[in-house]
Amino acid sequence: MHHRPSVKQPQPCDQGSKEQIIGTENRNRDSDVNSQNLFLPPFRSVSFHFSAFSKKKIPFQWERGFNRQKSPLLSPPVLLAAMAEIPTSDYPTIDPTSFDLIVSGTGLSASLLAAAASVAGKSVLHLDSNPFYGSHFSSLPLPSFLSYISSPSSPPNLYSDVEASSQSLPEPSRSFLVDLVGPRLLYCSDETVDLLLRSGASHHVEFKSVDSSLVYWDGKLCSVPDSRQAIFKDKSLGLTEKSQMMKFFKLVQSHISLTRSGTTTESGEEGGVMIPEEDLEMPFVEFLKKQRLPPKIRALVLYAIAMADYEQDNGDSCKMVVSTREGIETISLYTSSIGRFVNAVGAFIYPMYGHGELPQAFCRCAAVKGALYVLRMPVIDILTDKESNKYIGVRLASGQEIFSSKLVLDPSYQIPASLSPRETVVSSNLSSYVAKGVCITDRSLEPNSANILLVFPPKSLHQEQSTAVRALQISGNVAVCPSGFFIVHLSTPCEDAALGKEYINSAMKALFNSRELPAESVQAQTKEEGESVEAPTQEEGETKPTLLWCCAFVQELREASYDGAVSICPMPDANLDFRNILSTTRKLFQNMYPGEEFIPQNSAADNIDDDADEGSPE
Amino acid sequence: MHGRPRKATKQEDPAAAAAKSARLRVLQSQLLHFHHNRIYTKEAVSVSSKLLDINPEIYTGWNYRKLAFQHNLKEVSDTDTDTETIKSAIEDELRMVEVALRRNPKSYGAWYHRKWILGQKLVLANFDHEFRLLDMLLKADARNFHGWNYRRFIARLKDVSEEEELKFTMDMINTNFSNYSAWHNRSMLLSKLLRKKVKGFHEEESILSDEFELVRQALFTDPSDQSGWFYHLWLLDQTSTPHKPHLVSSWPSDKLNIEISAQFKEKCERFPIIFCFNQQVDGVNLATVTVNSKLVSSEHITWKPLSANNSRKSKIWVAFLQNFNKYCDNSEGLSVEISLHCCESIVHLKFLMKLSHMDHQGKNGDGFEELFLWDCPKSQEINPYLVSYDPWRLRVESVEEDAKWHLDTLSAEIALFKEMSECDEDSKFVKLTLARLLGAHNSIKSGGSSYFEEILKLYDDLIKLDAPHFSYYRDERSLVLLDQMTSSKDSLVEYCSRCENTSFSCINPQLCINFSGLNLTRIGFVERLLWVQILDLSHNNLTSILGLEALQLLVCLNLSHNQIMSFTALEPIKSLQSLKVLDLSFNEIGSHPVDTTRYLCSSPLSHTCNVTETMEELARENIKIGDFWEAILLFESLQLAQLDMQGNPVTNERFRVLVEKVIPCLKWLDGKPVR
Repeated sequence: MHHRPSVKQPQPCDQGSKEQIIGTENRNRDSDVNSQNLFLPPFRSVSFHFSAFSKKKIPFQWERGFNRQKSPLLSPPVLLAAMAEIPTSDYPTIDPTSFDLIVSGTGLSASLLAAAASVAGKSVLHLDSNPFYGSHFSSLPLPSFLSYISSPSSPPNLYSDVEASSQSLPEPSRSFLVDLVGPRLLYCSDETVDLLLRSGASHHVEFKSVDSSLVYWDGKLCSVPDSRQAIFKDKSLGLTEKSQMMKFFKLVQSHISLTRSGTTTESGEEGGVMIPEEDLEMPFVEFLKKQRLPPKIRALVLYAIAMADYEQDNGDSCKMVVSTREGIETISLYTSSIGRFVNAVGAFIYPMYGHGELPQAFCRCAAVKGALYVLRMPVIDILTDKESNKYIGVRLASGQEIFSSKLVLDPSYQIPASLSPRETVVSSNLSSYVAKGVCITDRSLEPNSANILLVFPPKSLHQEQSTAVRALQISGNVAVCPSGFFIVHLSTPCEDAALGKEYINSAMKALFNSRELPAESVQAQTKEEGESVEAPTQEEGETKPTLLWCCAFVQELREASYDGAVSICPMPDANLDFRNILSTTRKLFQNMYPGEEFIPQNSAADNIDDDADEGSPE
Repeated sequence: MHGRPRKATKQEDPAAAAAKSARLRVLQSQLLHFHHNRIYTKEAVSVSSKLLDINPEIYTGWNYRKLAFQHNLKEVSDTDTDTETIKSAIEDELRMVEVALRRNPKSYGAWYHRKWILGQKLVLANFDHEFRLLDMLLKADARNFHGWNYRRFIARLKDVSEEEELKFTMDMINTNFSNYSAWHNRSMLLSKLLRKKVKGFHEEESILSDEFELVRQALFTDPSDQSGWFYHLWLLDQTSTPHKPHLVSSWPSDKLNIEISAQFKEKCERFPIIFCFNQQVDGVNLATVTVNSKLVSSEHITWKPLSANNSRKSKIWVAFLQNFNKYCDNSEGLSVEISLHCCESIVHLKFLMKLSHMDHQGKNGDGFEELFLWDCPKSQEINPYLVSYDPWRLRVESVEEDAKWHLDTLSAEIALFKEMSECDEDSKFVKLTLARLLGAHNSIKSGGSSYFEEILKLYDDLIKLDAPHFSYYRDERSLVLLDQMTSSKDSLVEYCSRCENTSFSCINPQLCINFSGLNLTRIGFVERLLWVQILDLSHNNLTSILGLEALQLLVCLNLSHNQIMSFTALEPIKSLQSLKVLDLSFNEIGSHPVDTTRYLCSSPLSHTCNVTETMEELARENIKIGDFWEAILLFESLQLAQLDMQGNPVTNERFRVLVEKVIPCLKWLDGKPVR
């Protein structure tokens, strides 16, 4: 059943298939640029960028790097090392040989550090051993994705237990772009979006909103009633539940608005109510119980809105207790996200072409500020001062030695013990692993929605299930797969890889019919009938989407660390958003350059027009 | 727009403001010049455009444009019949309106102008454009009632089906259920669809059930949002109020035996017949009512509506049998049969009038030789009399038969809101709705377990909880209390007593109803009290006695120690022709310098009266008639024998003189014999 596919390192693909990919991709791009619902206000200039570049028939950045074409996105001020004229086997020579900062690896955290250092006026050399941008944060075509996670070449086993279905990859397999960080989203109001706007990186990415948010409850998919209107329309909540939920939201809303307006009195005189200080310190689940919310609403609030990852209901044995303060903060972020951008439907947005676009966007910002970029350039050694044993520079695969005062490394880099950073940046991840799944289907989990966020609260799959399993369905309208197909990412933090994968597999079973099961023809028949009659209901097994292909794997969670001159970036965490990665990166930066601001306001290089402003719909 | 604080108007630069007002003045005088001289040239019309662009609230501007439009159109049609010219003229006007609406989306004049232009139906309107405009407008403010009004207008003009518009209201409610206009339009459309029995809307009950389900979602999601409660109120009304009018009660009731006091039969010249309906009806006349008896034929009977506003419709209709006393002498008495053809059904009534020779213990004269006292002792003796009176039980059986769905629905709602009130103890909406639901349930289901105590408790809570609407709750509470007291014989007995002193009415027995000291603020359920002759309403909080006009048999009325503030508030008494004893002591008549009640009543000038002789006399006594106009009109129409007015600010020596002059037959005033 499960076999480990023998995967070779990505090879330059032959001309024919390349042309095909380019063709498809460009068509997708153009049509998306012309579609109306695409642009959220702050990112509107993207259309201009794309239309300007699409003339040159440029495929993905990944492909660009791979084929060693000069990236037109990294235009004049950038010196691209991987220049087309140089033969494949030869590495380019880098000049100058001394920098303020060398960054190896182009993950989100590393790219942010490169951008922040460039903005702060440091000279930066940004390297990546891969021929593509993003490292562990990139979005890869399905075959490359498989080979990337199954590659035994990198000594530290960051990815393990890879298990893929025996079915052949859906074709055209290279049109399926799989996020290494999935399932992941951005809150409209979260810091990452602010940072994109502040740095001008928003010029290079565009987003689409997630259409709906679902929760798996009692063996069924229900929508998450996350606003007054959604509660009103919800069909699964009882009347009393609606009333209780709305009452709770009102309390939270009143607390949030009073907190924002800076009122300090515990019971605001102007009619608003604040949550008392002692309640803010208690576990959120206890607070919800105190508000007399029934279990279902508690689960909705905890796991689908406050995004708790670990079971909150089992008292002292709970791994990571979300405090009321934290819970309220997330809800506050959630609610302020709804309606921030007029074109966005809900609280969440997803970048077109996958999350791999984000590190690239920041790389571009760094490049605009003068950072030098070299792909396919591994760091093979770290140079230290013989006397002090302190870091002084790196030796590259080309043999060239480059010197700098600071070094940032990818988490996969094997560092000599003598240099190994001792300080770990905040440990918020309790588990050491995250189990992930990637599924491909040709039908949406919910009719009329393309991009869907989904959560399986603890115990919804197994009685012992102690973590929430999150899933994200993305569709052709975010250009990660051909239209008509859907990619579903799943993840859950875990201590035991096998257990984590078990949850992922049962979540897949709950969502999909597998082709590997018998009675396929019967299913196909009923499926057709269901579709022709009307929108299929979620309750019946027959109407579940059929799984075309899937895989499950386990990723190690590695913390960021630093020691003097050398910093190591974190691996993607088990969270739904990038907030944790971002704050870790900020800490790394502050440690590297105390006193420098981390990408200050209006640091966008070519702030030609006004589109970097908030674009607030008000 | 709702829920958004109004921005303070920007302080305009004084120079700019002055320039603007100067410009406005110039334009305005130009416009008036053109208007008065009927100049409708292009230049002249463009002045009005400029003016309306700055200030769309100038009605004259819009009116001028209408005249100009008509004038210019006429000229066009005189010369040639080019539809293009008409079209462009219309487009100009529509564009002007759009400009004005952009400045003020709630400009009445602009909206009206648009309707007027399209209402002419000169060319086929561009409906797509109109709906686009509406979409834009409702996007900016989904509750702009002008927009909704205009939408209804356009939908009618285009002949859009009600189902489609109903769908639109659903969309709007789904976008934001806090939208009065959407709910309101929904109720209008549904009423129409149900009335017309459009396909898919045959089953009123299932449609209404669905609507209940929908509005419940809104109510439970946000109980503090009022818009849903309004819709719920409409639904409740649809559920609890019978659509068709029907007879609620009558005097005399069917199969009643009436004893006519032999002693006083000579004085009884008029015998009232009263019909009470559940809603205002018209057309009660000789054609619909037939009276069969040896006494009279229908032709001699005139049916009159009893209403405060002189309209032809009323809930209460009255007719009088004249000189009936001659015919009830014989031993069988006088039997009268009445058939009422009303509301697709026929109601038959039959009653018998007989002379009674019961002696009134040596009372002679006309009964007012002695002062009438209100302290009638309660006696169980009255019971047998009361049994024969059952006028408050007249119900149309068919109503109860198909009330099953209504009762089920109401019961379900009651259960829901009880549950809601448990978790939301201080919601006034929940309490009020619950009180209304329970009341509606009571009104449909007669007998059995009733919710009076519960409703009274709810209103008591509301009075404490929601002080600003205190008066409304007190009024509602009064009605519930009256409903409870009159709901059955057993409950009414508590308030009945037999007046020993009675010898001034010809109809026996004379029962006294005592509703004193109950904190009543208004009167209701009079249809159950049509037979009452002596009514004590003292020591309440009445400010109005509207409804009492139905009690045509009333002889003695005690309104002392209430809060009646004017003579106009006593207007209903005017139609009580048999009233002899009236106690108005210790009210607040005359306390307010301006009689505010009169604005609610018909103008005193509309009354025709012949008081010339009395007025002359009053003038001789040096009394200004103007000061006591209402008092004169009131007392002049009555033949009171006994009146109590003490303890009112209006009462003084001169007033006493006036009363004596105006009521010549008065025997007792303020407890003292009249000279």
